[in-house]
Amino acid sequence: MTGMLDMDIMDISTLTPVVPPLATTLAALSALPIAGINWHSVLFLLFAGLACGFAIGVVAADNVVRMALYLVFSLGSTAGLFFLAGADFIGAMQLMIYVGGTLVLLVFGVMLTAQAPLVSIKPSSSDRMLTAVAGASLLSLLLTAAFSVDAWRGPGVGVVPAPSATPLGMALVGVRVDEPPAGTPVGGRVGYMLPFEIVSVHLLVVLVGAAYLARAKRRRTPRPIDALASAMPVEPVAPAATVAPTGRSAGGAKSALVGGGR
Amino acid sequence: MMGLVLATAMVSPVVSPAACLATVPLLAVNPFTEPVGVVHYLIVGAVLFTAGIACMTLKRNALGILMGIELVLNGANINFVAFASPYLRADGAPTLGLDGQVVALFVILLAAAEAAVALAITLNFYNNHATVDVDRADDLKG
Repeated sequence: MTGMLDMDIMDISTLTPVVPPLATTLAALSALPIAGINWHSVLFLLFAGLACGFAIGVVAADNVVRMALYLVFSLGSTAGLFFLAGADFIGAMQLMIYVGGTLVLLVFGVMLTAQAPLVSIKPSSSDRMLTAVAGASLLSLLLTAAFSVDAWRGPGVGVVPAPSATPLGMALVGVRVDEPPAGTPVGGRVGYMLPFEIVSVHLLVVLVGAAYLARAKRRRTPRPIDALASAMPVEPVAPAATVAPTGRSAGGAKSALVGGGR
Repeated sequence: MMGLVLATAMVSPVVSPAACLATVPLLAVNPFTEPVGVVHYLIVGAVLFTAGIACMTLKRNALGILMGIELVLNGANINFVAFASPYLRADGAPTLGLDGQVVALFVILLAAAEAAVALAITLNFYNNHATVDVDRADDLKG
């Protein structure tokens, strides 16, 4: 058994009577020009194509539900790119926070506001042309800047970096355990304890503020959505007592009654 | 660089298309066999950033504008991660090191916070105006 494990492809091809399907498959694979293929590059091209294609799909789609779906795929492919760059913890956070949290929030927003005329608000064709021209010029500027530095262009060394979760967590609590780059002065690096605390308090404030902004509240003035609903004749004959006059007090009482449950 | 390409094409009378392509950077190498570099990630980041800017300027739905902001932040994040990675540089010395990954983490967290607040504002706007079309949000116009 160990002898079989030591054999390379050429030796396995001599064992054709023993394991014919495996040997023929391996021989066929070795005949294909895939020997020099860098699978990291292939996966990069796959994820990069998915991310760019779905990002352009977000721009091109008019339906907001489709835009949200394309954004999910684009951000998920971006997480794959992070994994391929050796940032495993950032890729996991991208999947958990962005795809699992932010996009669920966005999809809830889409569902809460998806009235029929609002699902696809089409921009005018002149706006499309203007955006295409501005986007093409911005993209050419960014690509020119990206190609302008020679050190960024060369192929990578191909060293698989160490997992970054532990140095990242230590840096967030203020201790740097990663290797300092050349030329760093002694004691010249600090941790990220203070930004970490600021961000955590910021998240708390933001969540309280978002809950305050989006809470159900009683209203003094009738909302346009209620005015729209009350303007439509639901009942054919309304009793005289419930026909609301246009006065402010009666309208306010009615809208508070309508909007109180929201 | 383009002048060099044109000069090469003009000097040699018969130029095969492959030789022409070989003078253009990134097309001279087989992308399936060559390891990727920082510039590949920068291209993806530039495309996502441009798509996000186009989304922010083109869409009239407030949620579409939010999605554009998410795309812009992701394009920036790709650049941060690419500059943080020692895998992508020919000399193995990353520009940012671990700091790029920390900044990318903060960007993800702040994007989540921004999405929560912006979505609450959008829902408030929808409750008050019965629309999410930002062109109709002109109450503060003087």
